[in-house]
Amino acid sequence: MRWEFSNDAPIYTQLIQQVKVGIVAGIFPPGERLPSVRELATEAGVNPNTMQRALAELERDGLVYSQRTAGRFVTEDEIMIQAAKRGLAQRHVKSFIEAMLRLGFRQEEIVALLKQEIEEGTRDVSTGM
Amino acid sequence: MSVLECKELCKRYGRTAALEGLSFTVEPGRIVGLLGPNGSGKTTLIKLANGLLTPDAGYISVCDMAPGRESRSLVSYLPERTAIPLWMSAGQLLDFYGDFYTDFRREAAEEMLGHLNIHPRQVIKQMSKGTREKVQLIMVMSRAAKLYLLDEPIGGVDPATRDYILSTIIGSYNPEAAVVISTHLIADVEKVLDEVIFINQGRIMLQSSVDGIREEKGMSVDALFREVFKC
Repeated sequence: MRWEFSNDAPIYTQLIQQVKVGIVAGIFPPGERLPSVRELATEAGVNPNTMQRALAELERDGLVYSQRTAGRFVTEDEIMIQAAKRGLAQRHVKSFIEAMLRLGFRQEEIVALLKQEIEEGTRDVSTGM
Repeated sequence: MSVLECKELCKRYGRTAALEGLSFTVEPGRIVGLLGPNGSGKTTLIKLANGLLTPDAGYISVCDMAPGRESRSLVSYLPERTAIPLWMSAGQLLDFYGDFYTDFRREAAEEMLGHLNIHPRQVIKQMSKGTREKVQLIMVMSRAAKLYLLDEPIGGVDPATRDYILSTIIGSYNPEAAVVISTHLIADVEKVLDEVIFINQGRIMLQSSVDGIREEKGMSVDALFREVFKC
């Protein structure tokens, strides 16, 4: 998994987002044990206490749960994972729309452009270009 | 019990004041960055904490003890300059550390040296600067100390070596021990730190958690440092 951090937000909130992405993308599959805090912290290059804080938050949200001695596991609740996926998608869409509005596009234009881009994308794929 | 505590700590070199009334504590399980420009007093503070210097006024303690012979068994110190005997082989260095420090975890050190493909017969003198730095850090982090004092552990090494050193520090994390890292390369270390202490001209300018700064100011510790210490 690739970990990337921006400079304008707390590290623990960025860790929450990235572990969520990992769960939604299946890098951390439902019901599977998560690597230990130390392993995850080393991999992400972050302070172990910060990683611990992020995982505790995910636990409060229910996306992961701990079993006292066995460690932390990803939820098996597909509905919850789908909700997290939707939440992440909404964030991307929101920031995309904000950027387009700043460029001066109107809402209909944004939808049209998006549609055109998606159609071109599928045409390229189907013609093998 | 705090691992490191200073109260109104002062140190002078002749007429020059190096530290002027420093007060702070470091709790177990914390990785703390001691950040400041050159000549701000970082190395002086680290030398006071391991008993290489004595304070002129105020008070400093390690695990409730004044720095000295007894506290030194609890402190693992990485000096600014490489201080391992160059004529030794890696194997001899392991013996040396084992003889000197009862808390030295030889297997841990051997494992880390193994990951770097360093053979026990390899002589330190024949290693590159970056490899020497890594070997020295491995020795320092392989002690089961209560306080690790790392003076500029990532200065003067390439980015890959820097990453290795930082991940070794994270991988050696122990909730009972504290790590103090002095550096001016903040962008590289800030993700590894719980808290930072900004020090300038022998005084503390700020002590805060890394995420506290990011949350309140909406900027990285590195950016804040550049703002505070703008020339």
